[in-house]
Amino acid sequence: MACIESLKYDIILQGASFVECREYVKAHCSEFVTVNPGFKIFEKAIIGVPPILIGFDGDTITFPFTKPCYGTYLLRTENPDEAARIRSIKK
Amino acid sequence: MIAGVVTIAKMKDKKDALLLLGCPQVPVQTGIALYLMHGLRKHGVVPVVAGNPAARMLIEVSDPLHHYVGEMIDLDTCIADLAEKRRVFSYYIVFVHNDAGVSYAATVQAITGKTVVALVYGEHFQEVAGTINFPCEKVTAKAVHNPMPMKKKIDEVLPWLVSNL
Repeated sequence: MACIESLKYDIILQGASFVECREYVKAHCSEFVTVNPGFKIFEKAIIGVPPILIGFDGDTITFPFTKPCYGTYLLRTENPDEAARIRSIKK
Repeated sequence: MIAGVVTIAKMKDKKDALLLLGCPQVPVQTGIALYLMHGLRKHGVVPVVAGNPAARMLIEVSDPLHHYVGEMIDLDTCIADLAEKRRVFSYYIVFVHNDAGVSYAATVQAITGKTVVALVYGEHFQEVAGTINFPCEKVTAKAVHNPMPMKKKIDEVLPWLVSNL
């Protein structure tokens, strides 16, 4: 499993609030799951203000990623294994 | 007297506080963190610091003999350990001066279920404090270069914090 910063990803939102991230995922992703802070995605505990939404479009995952100095990004990356893992946990 | 038994008993009584530092771009953070650690030590609380490498290095360079700071841990490792319940602390204090700080405070509150103390400072402290809408004790001051406003707030709240949380 790759760490997030070594993935090939698109930045959807930069310097976003968690409300903005939630609204984007609800509006633009064909399905989504709600997770709590600390939920692991790409082996990293997710940071954020709950409820945190992770979106899916097939094997593409859209999720928030927070860095202390740079704020919150909404990232999108294609990863069939991680998408399947998260879907199976959140069924 | 069985020395080992006494030691374990004392260890159980010992209180510790997690100080989760933000990005060190606001000058007062390191000074305030060290002052808070000094205050916690006076109350018998061992401070443990989590932060990114730059934030930790500023503490390390400022307190090389660890007069004030106790253990220092990587931010990601800290969050993972809290989430997996591998570590618990008596107190949780998060340094907040931007959205990311709010996110970390929310995360610590959600995964521990404990009351988090958010020290909110910086140029836009009121705006940032206004975005905190989860259960949290906010300690706010417009402290950017001059640490005194936040120092005064810490002097006011620390005795309450260590005896009530």
